[in-house]
Amino acid sequence: MELFSNANDFLLWVRGDAFNIALSIFVIGVIIRVLEIVLLGRKKEYSEPRGSEWGPGLKNIVSRSVADSGTFKRAPFVIVVGYIWHICFFIVLLLFVPHIELIHAMLGIKWPGLASQFIDASTVVAIAAMLGMLWHRLTHPVLKFLSTYEDYLVWLVTFLPLLTGYIAFHRMIAPYPLALGLHILSVELLMIVFPFTKLMHAITLFIARWYTGATMGRKGIES
Amino acid sequence: MNKKTLFELLQQQGITRRGFLKYCTALTSLMALPPAMIPTVAKALESARRPSVIWLSFQECTGCTESLTRSHSPTVEGLIFDYISLDYHHTLQAASGAAAEHAREQAMKDNYGKYLVVVDGSIPLADPGYSTIAGISNLDMLNETVAGAAAVIAVGTCSAYGGLPHAAPNPTGAVSVSSLIKDKPVINVPGCPPIPTVITGVLAHYLTFGSIPELDELGRPKVFYGQSIHDRCYRRPFYDKGLFAETFDDEGAKKGWCLYRLGCKGPMTYNACATLKWNQQTSWPVESGHGCLGCSEPNFWDAGSFYQALSIPDGDYARAAGYAAAAGVAVGAAAGFVHQKTKSTAVAQHSEISVDDFSLNKD
Repeated sequence: MELFSNANDFLLWVRGDAFNIALSIFVIGVIIRVLEIVLLGRKKEYSEPRGSEWGPGLKNIVSRSVADSGTFKRAPFVIVVGYIWHICFFIVLLLFVPHIELIHAMLGIKWPGLASQFIDASTVVAIAAMLGMLWHRLTHPVLKFLSTYEDYLVWLVTFLPLLTGYIAFHRMIAPYPLALGLHILSVELLMIVFPFTKLMHAITLFIARWYTGATMGRKGIES
Repeated sequence: MNKKTLFELLQQQGITRRGFLKYCTALTSLMALPPAMIPTVAKALESARRPSVIWLSFQECTGCTESLTRSHSPTVEGLIFDYISLDYHHTLQAASGAAAEHAREQAMKDNYGKYLVVVDGSIPLADPGYSTIAGISNLDMLNETVAGAAAVIAVGTCSAYGGLPHAAPNPTGAVSVSSLIKDKPVINVPGCPPIPTVITGVLAHYLTFGSIPELDELGRPKVFYGQSIHDRCYRRPFYDKGLFAETFDDEGAKKGWCLYRLGCKGPMTYNACATLKWNQQTSWPVESGHGCLGCSEPNFWDAGSFYQALSIPDGDYARAAGYAAAAGVAVGAAAGFVHQKTKSTAVAQHSEISVDDFSLNKD
């Protein structure tokens, strides 16, 4: 490597400057996107409210997590595999001890982790789920027609941290600093892409669901 | 070279043939060679002549020499080390001043092309005056001495990778041996300090085969640096089970759980501590309850806190996030303002139309 004299230098850069750059882009991007949405505002509603907004809004954030039967019948694969993927992904992200250490260092909160074989199994399932999703996207004619380069980019930047994490955990690339460096770098790539793509759904879903629930609540419709 | 063979010298010291063969067996397994190689190793060492070794100490703390010389009471390894012909080592030799330098020059002349140069300490390039021996700069002495050497062994992290003197901001412009010496084989034996057995093992390999051992991409002999501390650590099962010590005196620490959360750098460190151990195989850092510092890796001093887990970024990320949040709010507010303006302009320019506007009869 010309840029770095050795794998340790690469890891140092990834854990230092590169992380700061990625974190800055992530924070700036997310704040801009959220402010853009919130500051745009809505037209003032003059009608008499028939119910409250906050309660139904918050309830809707949770209740919309369950797909309605019509949607489920139309796309059972996406919903089942999507669920499996999200659960496994959050197990890996939030319950692997090195990840908890990172969160603790940055946010000051921590919780118990899981033994590595559970993390390992979850990673394998998450990787398999993502491959299944890609296969589905490529073979389903309508989905394929609707897919843009952004969908494939989002898939890739989400897939890479799982793959490199698995490789680093099993030390499949030597030396280890290179494997760990590639894993952290792939996460940094995800952080940079996150605010400007559909990955923002991880944040905007709360806004969107709350807004839908609140609108319904105001109109007195059960959501 | 001394006329007596190594085995003859060991016999003089009261080492039996049985003891010698036991050492050869241990050495063979240490070098990851098949048992069938034991006779070859024994034969080679029996007939080996003492190689002349010139030991150059540059920007160092003498810890590497301490590690080797004060390690333990005479063992076969110790005697092997004694019975290399250490012709120049300015800390250990009795001679000083001109006589000492003369010994070095004489050894170089007598064994030209055959002697080994061992270097501990880094070489300052910012100003030669930072470190001189007998008025000779480290760089000049290295170049002059290495010119007739068969091979160079960089002992300790300072000579292998720059080590502590090389740490930011590196005021002396310290560099490693391998960054200066390109025309001779350089074997890096890093560690702060390195394990004595590893040094004698590298020397024994040279005596046995007359060649340097297979090296990894950082110039370290693979037999000793081929596996990470993490992979050979006896605390590894606790890492796999998710059981970690969180302070140095909690229940986990007392039960010997993994030290990852306390900043152990074992996962990224390649060394033989976990298998060879220290002080006559008594213990090693992780066994004594402290995480690995990663001392046999380049830039270990600049790789963040020794007490911070490896997964934690090591820059000033809180500051970066703070500035980013401020910038995000500013740009987001500006964007919000622009969008609001676009919206109000659109509302202002909105004109009502009726179905008549679409009338085909309209003029």
